[in-house]
Amino acid sequence: MTSITPIINGVAVTVEVPDRVTLADTLRDKLRLTGTHVACEHGVCGACTVIVDGLAVRSCLMLAVQADGAAITTVEGLSKNGKLSALQDAFRRHHALQCGFCTSGILTTMHALLLEEPDAGEHRIREVLSGNLCRCTGYIPIVEAVLEARAAYAQAESGA
Amino acid sequence: MNRPNAYIGSAVDRIEDERLLTGKGTYVGDLNLEHLLHAAILRSPVSHGLIRSIDVSAARALAGVRAVITANEIGDVPIIPIRQHPVPEGERFRQPVIASGKVRYVGEPVAIVVASDPAIAEDALELIVLDIEELPPLADYVTAARNECLLFEEAATNRAATFRARMGDADAAFAQADYTRKERFSVQRHTAFPMETRGLLAEWVDATGHMTLYGVTKVPFFNRRVLAQMLGIEISAVDLIEVDVGGGFGARGEFYPEDFLVPFAARYVNGNVRWIEDRREHLMAMNHAREMYAEMEIACTKEGAVVGIRGRIDIDLGAYARTNGFTTPRNVVQFVSGPYYIPNLAIDAHSFVTSKTPTGTYRGPGRYESSFFCERLLDMAATDLGIDPAAFRLKNLIREEQLPRPLATMMDLDATWQTELDNGAYPIVMQRCLDEFGWQEKIKLQGQLIDGRYHGVAVGNFVEGGAGGRSENASMTIEDDGMVTVAIGSTALGQGLKTVMSQIAADALSLPIERIRLLHGSTTLLTDGVGSFHSRATVMGGSAILLAAEALLDLVRNEVGMRLDVPAANTSFSDGKVEAAGKSFALQDFAGLSVEKTFINTKLTYSYGAHAAYVAVDAATGEVEVLDYVTVEDVGRVINPATLHGQVLGAVVQGLGSTFLEHLQYDENGQLLTGSLADYLLPTATDFPNIRSVSLGLRPCPNNPLGAKGAGEGGLIAVGGVIANAIASALRSLRVQPCDLPLSPPRLWRLIAEARSAEMSR
Ligand code: FES
Ligand code: FES
Repeated sequence: MTSITPIINGVAVTVEVPDRVTLADTLRDKLRLTGTHVACEHGVCGACTVIVDGLAVRSCLMLAVQADGAAITTVEGLSKNGKLSALQDAFRRHHALQCGFCTSGILTTMHALLLEEPDAGEHRIREVLSGNLCRCTGYIPIVEAVLEARAAYAQAESGA
Repeated sequence: MNRPNAYIGSAVDRIEDERLLTGKGTYVGDLNLEHLLHAAILRSPVSHGLIRSIDVSAARALAGVRAVITANEIGDVPIIPIRQHPVPEGERFRQPVIASGKVRYVGEPVAIVVASDPAIAEDALELIVLDIEELPPLADYVTAARNECLLFEEAATNRAATFRARMGDADAAFAQADYTRKERFSVQRHTAFPMETRGLLAEWVDATGHMTLYGVTKVPFFNRRVLAQMLGIEISAVDLIEVDVGGGFGARGEFYPEDFLVPFAARYVNGNVRWIEDRREHLMAMNHAREMYAEMEIACTKEGAVVGIRGRIDIDLGAYARTNGFTTPRNVVQFVSGPYYIPNLAIDAHSFVTSKTPTGTYRGPGRYESSFFCERLLDMAATDLGIDPAAFRLKNLIREEQLPRPLATMMDLDATWQTELDNGAYPIVMQRCLDEFGWQEKIKLQGQLIDGRYHGVAVGNFVEGGAGGRSENASMTIEDDGMVTVAIGSTALGQGLKTVMSQIAADALSLPIERIRLLHGSTTLLTDGVGSFHSRATVMGGSAILLAAEALLDLVRNEVGMRLDVPAANTSFSDGKVEAAGKSFALQDFAGLSVEKTFINTKLTYSYGAHAAYVAVDAATGEVEVLDYVTVEDVGRVINPATLHGQVLGAVVQGLGSTFLEHLQYDENGQLLTGSLADYLLPTATDFPNIRSVSLGLRPCPNNPLGAKGAGEGGLIAVGGVIANAIASALRSLRVQPCDLPLSPPRLWRLIAEARSAEMSR
């Protein structure tokens, strides 16, 4: 057992974790943040993606012990005060989800992208999105939603 | 204000989304119970063999292990029934819930371990010593068909069932035909692959003898009956609860071995047990689909009227006949003619058991495959006869006045197996697809080499059966807070069911949609129900809601009549207000009134439509780019255009995955070679960006009060045939004929190379 203190969605949390346990399992089972999903546990599908120190990371491939001191954003941290973020809202309006199982990982991945590149074009969005699998939507509504959400990120960046 | 049809037909935002977008969805793996134990399953590592011994002593001794269960502990091993399309000869090939004596595929359950922690359960699996005497593998249907080695000795054959469909006199039609052509086709083994793997949580309460099973979907009432019987307890002592579900597509929710093993284990250890499938397990344990080989022949007049199709299809069923293992074999023979007027048909399909994972349904079962065979034959015939492929199809489509029209007769089977196409304007919808697609312009590009790639186009048509399963229940209860609780037997697998059903209920009750509280899928809600499969949820559940609403409003009318002493008929409803004889009531004044109704329907619905594709083929690499893909379909009545549009797009991309990418491959020993997402390729966001779809409510279905037809599979059905035809159109100068799916770059490259060398030697 190792004691770690990551900052999760803005709050420092100390947990004891066995060395062999992944960050995904720790978030889900220990911290009950079950919005992070696992769909392959071998780093391909992207369902488990969370943002670690600004980077989209597959939490099924990262050990919990590696997360000590890291700032982690999960899907639960994307909406503020019970209000959907611009990205989440665009997902809803564009029907960019059906079963929702891939959705958390796609939201975190796209959130990390738009924070860095609020002007990402369709090509770039698809390129980054290709690391996440969705079986339901065919991706088209997801791309539409992300394209629309860009404006909110650009506005936030320019401080407007 | 009365608002007839305010919600039906409009793109209402999904009620499901807010929870799912904020990480508040609750899938079975997210459930937490006190004292939860965890299960892991030992699966056969060999494809065919006799179990000599299973030594579980070391596993049992591991700290944290609560139980290790094999066939021994279960005793009389239950056999899983066939839910859909059972035939007597198929009964011999049903699957036991755990291997006893013999294993028949890699992945077959042999033991289940229960431990305090999932990691300990998995550790314990490695301590079980399994001694299996290997038998010859039956890794393909050709080996199986020889019957030299039998998977089931008692059956004395590896042929599990034969389905035969007939119409007219095919042999006579072929004997007289101006033109015939025979070809071989194959469709590869692949699978539905929902993003959430399976999972179950069984809660056993010893004091009351009650079993609650979470993580079920699709057909909870059927599965409850099966489970209760297998456990030897009353049906009322078993409840199946549906939580959020991460996709189904035909494969999830059937009664699998684990649907017995996990609850059995919970009762065995007298506790709560959870099992979550991992992805490798999923690929070897969940239903596979679609592997078949066909020899098909078409006959036409020289003017281009198709007069017959005949052929033989051999199906690799896998090791057992599962709950819906015969649905695909039945569909594939019955649906070859699709929406076309083909007067003479003779198609046989033989299902062979092999030592591979059993197969079941995947979206558009048998229809994707038969459409591939039929559409390919149509294009070959059109090309040979020198007729434009679109004109050829328009000529052979069933005309509106020819409907309803029966499909080919399923031989030696009763009336419940027979079906007829209901209604529709097939040529009009195909023409609309051609127009949306820009056929007149694009056909000019066919076969042309543009910027180093060959361009090609194709069009095809499909019908999609819906509303199977005969009945559905819905109940409605007026609550104290003015809400109406609506419960339906239909289940939600991620398709937006809650939204669509709420729209229907809100319109039927003239209530704002916010005042509908929709519940679904659990056996606790209704006396009986069926579920969601065969594109049935909207039609069947929706029609049941209409019946329940009518009955509920009748109760309210009577109550008003009694209270005011006026004729009940004079009561009006709008926006939650009830008015009669100048008096007005709020709906909650009638709190407690409650009804449950059953909608019964024996006729299937047939939505239909057309797909068109424009592709570019790189002859140097075999790579294909889909430049444009257009679908137009008529679903009778559209309830929610946005959710429907999403379903169609998703289905098309699944179909493109089936056509280009997805392939479950085995070696000659029956070992699965594609057990991870590194080997099993799914479509990604960069693969197929250019898809357009139009959904119409052109011809309401005459067979249900909603006028709706089952939809959601049609986007997939025609993809294989249309894409293969577009590739053939692109490569017409090389005379390449893609007949075997998937059309992966190496395969296509080989076809092109072969065509070129044939050209050289000519
Ligand atoms: S679960 Fe982590 S990438 Fe699939
Ligand atoms: S919404 Fe179901 S997998 Fe993406």
